[in-house]
Amino acid sequence: MPGLEDLYREIILDHYRNPRNRGELETPPAHRVEGFNPLCGDEIVLYLDLDADGRVADIRISGQGCSISQSSASMMSAAVKGKTVAEIDDLTRAFKAMMSIHENSLEGAETTEPIESPDVKLGDLEALRGVVKFPVRIKCATLAWNTLAQGIEEASA
Amino acid sequence: MAVAADPIDGTRLKEQFPLLSRDVHGKKIVYLDSAATSQKPLAVLDAMDDYYRTINSNVHRGVYMIAEEATNRMEIARALVRDFIGARSSSEIIFTKNATESLNLVAQSWGRANLVAGDVVVLSHMEHHANIVPWHMLVAEIGIELRWIPLDSEGRLDLTNLDTLLEGAKVLSVTAMSNVLGTMNPVRTLTDAARKAGAISIIDGCQSVPHSATNVQEIGADFLAFSGHKMCGPTGVGVLYGREELLEAMPPFLGGGEMIRDVRLDGFTTNDLPWKFEAGTPAIAEVIGLGAAVEWLNGVGMDKVRAHELALTEYTISTLHERFGDRINIHGPSSPLERGGVFSFDFDGLHPHDISQVLDQHAVCVRAGHHCAKPLMKLLGIGATARASVYVYNDTADIDALADALDATGAFFTL
Repeated sequence: MPGLEDLYREIILDHYRNPRNRGELETPPAHRVEGFNPLCGDEIVLYLDLDADGRVADIRISGQGCSISQSSASMMSAAVKGKTVAEIDDLTRAFKAMMSIHENSLEGAETTEPIESPDVKLGDLEALRGVVKFPVRIKCATLAWNTLAQGIEEASA
Repeated sequence: MAVAADPIDGTRLKEQFPLLSRDVHGKKIVYLDSAATSQKPLAVLDAMDDYYRTINSNVHRGVYMIAEEATNRMEIARALVRDFIGARSSSEIIFTKNATESLNLVAQSWGRANLVAGDVVVLSHMEHHANIVPWHMLVAEIGIELRWIPLDSEGRLDLTNLDTLLEGAKVLSVTAMSNVLGTMNPVRTLTDAARKAGAISIIDGCQSVPHSATNVQEIGADFLAFSGHKMCGPTGVGVLYGREELLEAMPPFLGGGEMIRDVRLDGFTTNDLPWKFEAGTPAIAEVIGLGAAVEWLNGVGMDKVRAHELALTEYTISTLHERFGDRINIHGPSSPLERGGVFSFDFDGLHPHDISQVLDQHAVCVRAGHHCAKPLMKLLGIGATARASVYVYNDTADIDALADALDATGAFFTL
């Protein structure tokens, strides 16, 4: 029986109480993208500033949500700052592999192929591993990541 | 703010509900989500079990003994429901799969036969999606116009401009009680105003019929929709009450067996009421279970159910306010007399999912989310709430357990 300490690790609560990179960026040059979780009403607004080399020069996050979605967004922002789009892609795949989410299942399409986890250090993000034991909360943890993927796609287009 | 003494001992009633004796995470369950679905007493479980064990057969068809028994048992349930809401005839009681289907039946059958482009349907800002989306579908299909009764600052219907809203309207469809705010609406005032304006009235009774005595003659509704599973009955069965002359004039909803008198190669004629609206094999065991639920509630007494919940409502509001002060905000009317036992609340600025997750660890079951009322949530300016709701089997110890668990929740997130 998973307990609360599996879900709410101290580092998660720390990011929830003291979210990193909270705020907004001027658009343009930054790109603004919104993500919603219609089931629980969580929303995230992500501001993404990609430099000429395709590197995240700056990132800011606003919106509202539960401790899991907020802390996941906060940890993600810290993890992707300064990274290239390719590095972020690896990180995203590693994170989703940890969340046991198959590549396309978030878009509705089911696939039986597990994600091959790239050799990437997740660092603080490891703390979210316990979310898998609470399946209804996985969507909370992945909201920021899906929003980031959408933002990168739009900003790179 | 004194209310009458509580006539029901919820603690003792729990013994009749097997689920309420189970443990969750090693603690005795505290079930506070009856607005979503109620628990079922042994009488209901036994009635359904007995049907399958002794008389399982299809209804209204077989001439053999058990088929006749099954048919009788189902029609007895219909008569019980008829009397429970004061309908004049069993012809006015249609069994559906849930209240959502009941409301869709009216919108699709009555609505498509009687509404044309530009016709007005009046709803309120506190409606459940089940009383919004069927009308949106007619907006898309026919081009009807929707008007909305606003709310006041305490989450009551603001009826200041009701007559203006109803001017030229064909339909008024409103809930008797909000599943988010707990607000009990002045149904008679609403149906009177609708009638004066020449509109039919549809009442969503999901949250009211299980919790207080209902008489369709007194409330003056043309249609009343409610579900079985919120009133101690099983899932899979709902009820649509409709005035007989309206139902008679309506085209059928679903086509198939049971709803026909004759089928030819060139067409069909419909069966009599209520079977005209009950295509296919009905949820026989569930209907029988609902009949047993009605008998069980009659045994308790609906006036006592309401008195019990009024006492619990007063206890809940005063307990949560005394223990948490400004840390808690309970939505809806402040007076227990104006509301049922549904408490949507904000606590410590925490997200409802976090609240309900921690409460679950204390075996306290509450709902978190938008409660299928997104327009209302938007009006309240929030994405979601946590919601505790009580029924006949709850007691003050359940409310104390909720408060204790909230205490622990606050401590957990602010350490």
